[in-house]
Amino acid sequence: MSDARLKAAEIRHLLETERDAIRENTTHMNRERYDAAARFERYEEARDAARAVKEDAIERLPELIERVRESVEANGGTVYLADDAADANRYIEEVVRDRDAETLVKSKSMTTEELDLNEHLEAAGVDVYETDLGEFVVQVADEAPSHLVGPSLHKSTAAIAELFNAHFDLDEPLETATELTNFARDYLLERIVEADMGVTGANFVLADSGTIVLVTNEGNARKSAVTPDAHVAVAGVEKLIPSVEELEPFTELIARAATGQDYPQYLTMLSPPVDSPTLDFDADVPLSEAAGESDREFHLVLVDNGRTAMREDDQLRETLYCIRCGACANSCANFQHVGGHAFGGETYTGGIATGWEAGIEGLDTAAEFNDLCTGCTRCVNACPVKIDIPWINTVVRDRINRGEDAELDWLVEGLTPDAEPGGMSLQKRFFGNFETVAKLGSATAPLSNWIANAGPARGLMERTLGIDRRRDLPTFERETLRKWFDARGGSRVPLADADREAVLYADPYTNYVQVDRGRAAVRVLEALGVHVRVPEIPESGRAPLSQGMVATADERASAVYGALAEHVDAGRDVVVVEPSDLAMFRREYEKLLPERSYERLSENSYEVLEYVYGLLENGADAGALADGDGRTIAYHSHCQQRTLGLDAHTEAVLDARGYDVLSSTVECCGMAGSFGYKAEYYELSMDVGGDLKSEFAAHPDREIVASGTSCLEQLDALFDEGTRHPVELLDPKRT
Amino acid sequence: MAVQPQTEFEAALRRQGSSWTRTTSDAFAAAVTEAIETPAVATDLSDWGLDFGDAPVTVDPTPRELLGATTGVTGASLGVSSYGSLLLPSDAKGTEPVSLYPERHVAVVSESDVVEDVPAAFDRLGDEFAEGPKSAVFATGPSATGDMGALVYGVHGPKAVHVIVLTDR
Ligand code: SF4
Repeated sequence: MSDARLKAAEIRHLLETERDAIRENTTHMNRERYDAAARFERYEEARDAARAVKEDAIERLPELIERVRESVEANGGTVYLADDAADANRYIEEVVRDRDAETLVKSKSMTTEELDLNEHLEAAGVDVYETDLGEFVVQVADEAPSHLVGPSLHKSTAAIAELFNAHFDLDEPLETATELTNFARDYLLERIVEADMGVTGANFVLADSGTIVLVTNEGNARKSAVTPDAHVAVAGVEKLIPSVEELEPFTELIARAATGQDYPQYLTMLSPPVDSPTLDFDADVPLSEAAGESDREFHLVLVDNGRTAMREDDQLRETLYCIRCGACANSCANFQHVGGHAFGGETYTGGIATGWEAGIEGLDTAAEFNDLCTGCTRCVNACPVKIDIPWINTVVRDRINRGEDAELDWLVEGLTPDAEPGGMSLQKRFFGNFETVAKLGSATAPLSNWIANAGPARGLMERTLGIDRRRDLPTFERETLRKWFDARGGSRVPLADADREAVLYADPYTNYVQVDRGRAAVRVLEALGVHVRVPEIPESGRAPLSQGMVATADERASAVYGALAEHVDAGRDVVVVEPSDLAMFRREYEKLLPERSYERLSENSYEVLEYVYGLLENGADAGALADGDGRTIAYHSHCQQRTLGLDAHTEAVLDARGYDVLSSTVECCGMAGSFGYKAEYYELSMDVGGDLKSEFAAHPDREIVASGTSCLEQLDALFDEGTRHPVELLDPKRT
Repeated sequence: MAVQPQTEFEAALRRQGSSWTRTTSDAFAAAVTEAIETPAVATDLSDWGLDFGDAPVTVDPTPRELLGATTGVTGASLGVSSYGSLLLPSDAKGTEPVSLYPERHVAVVSESDVVEDVPAAFDRLGDEFAEGPKSAVFATGPSATGDMGALVYGVHGPKAVHVIVLTDR
């Protein structure tokens, strides 16, 4: 089987087995997270504060490592800085041997997963018990965690009951979540009481005081850390922050982002060895007389394992700010459908896993799942420490592209005037150069459309470019938007009479494929007194960037800025129809252009309905636009448009023109640019689209309207009726 | 619960499903008797000037007695109004295990130690850490898990929390 087929088969299997539980759980957590963020007034302030603490801490990491060594040692504990997994495992095994420990209880720790600590200790003859119930489930099932916060998120209550009933010798079979919880608690209590040693992770480590901060809801970390008299805490070096002073914003953010709780059930701050009495259940001595601090042993194992190199890598450094809340996974439509067993590497899962796995395991591991990030940006606002997760995915994709062996390049040579090295995937180069494809397709339309859709061509495209043959291809128009605009003699609003002057950005889709929405945009702007220009401006770089072709995107950004700068200087507004292109100007160009250029362009660019909204707010005559007359529509906003907070503008304008608007609560259509075309992801794309389909299918009378090109294509595939862009509904010439 | 919350703190306790009693130090033993389910154990609170009197609790239990208890009574050094959180010190008398092992936790807090919100609590913590490293737990409501496919209370920690607010302190 080809790689694409294998990938498709793996995804199909997960859709059948794990999707339902994952989708239910992530949907629930997302709802709770939105509510929890909304009721927290200082949310943005806390995010900024947390971000600043992390930036500073990673900057000063070597100093903090030295400081925590001093403070832990002053408290009476030991610090070991492990270079890599083998080093950490060897040290922990030594500690275990020195104490003749036979059983060990553990609270949840992704870092020990990264080390494969359990396997290592078990091979050394130690019994290891996970006490977090989710970890316990995956330990019993002998599976890998599928989520940073909920390791067993992919399992339903029934599946866990089946597992426990088969694995344990029970008098009565277990059935409900309460029965399962009670059984696991009692079983693990016996293990905790007997344990010779406790191992925990750490969510934060306070350098000044040598304090381990643990966030849990179950209370297992508390029990594991203080019941046995020896405690080993294992933490990546990035968990260090200076002191308790800096901890506060994280405590307000972490549970909110993870599960939508205002505050964690238990926020434990331990500066070991702690005074708390050790619990010897065989000794008949009251707690106050039991040995406490004097008898306790504490080791802090700080793990490097690639982190120092990540810190020195300008693009991956941000990954180290991650507090592993899992919100990026929950907010991701692809994750909601396949979960961490597909969308994850050796240890980490979800969008940020790309950064972790690239830094810790290497590009090969990251390459196995990196393409599941479509760059939709829904995780960007979810991240409590404001990590640009899609950017990390893009950069890693770029590095993966550059690592691949060269072959077959000649096939797309003429179509790919990009700045990429030879050897990257043919499929990626093809999609990355969509503008050239569209130009050629339009020039030879309708012939190009007939040929492209003919059976043999589709077979060839599937084999060479990996374009799934079940997907409809875009139909190129012979008359482009610019040709139409020139043919009608330019703008119908003379400059002398105009209230404003705008450049309509004719992206390749609007110019060559969905020309109707471009025409409508011109007429709508003119109806509101705007003198419109439609100059030739290069593609924004969105297409190559989504394939990880950063160098090409960078060249495009410069070319776009070059072509638009004079317009901006002349006081013309830049109006963009396609939300993903506007998102380039407003988000990614910050990384691709000099600061001043970025600011000038992003501040003067608008999504088309955002612009219309502004015109109406400033007194333009709404009556010049088509009247909705109470007609009912179902509106789907674009992911990047939502991230930029621009969905509300479209809704407000349509509402003001008398449309009865129902907005989708499903955030992602599943198409995401080229993603839905790719043979390995076609079925996943349609599965994600299924959520939107069921939502809109409940309202068959409503006309479907969408802002994004990809969303329009996907909705066209999901429903029989054609889909229009909102600007077409406002077109005074609409028929 | 019929009692109406009189303060922000009590309103937050109600939101998290916890119960509370307002009382004075004099009536402490009676309040404990009412709040516990036996068998009950407690940490020694004489340093707070509190006497368990004839309340049916084992003060300063052995680990075995702790394991067998249904209720654990401890002091809390701080309360946080916004979320109903309690700060439980990891001290030598065993506040940590007594508040953790039994199914029911009864926490005793002085009303004057209840602060408005998390930033205020961290101001206090900052002062304490300035004197030396500290160990404590912010506990907010009962222990909980969703790992078995639905929300269940009472996992490794208590299933129910009751707070005795001492209004004269
Ligand atoms: S990247 Fe951000 S959202 Fe994702 S797990 Fe890390 S902190 Fe949470």
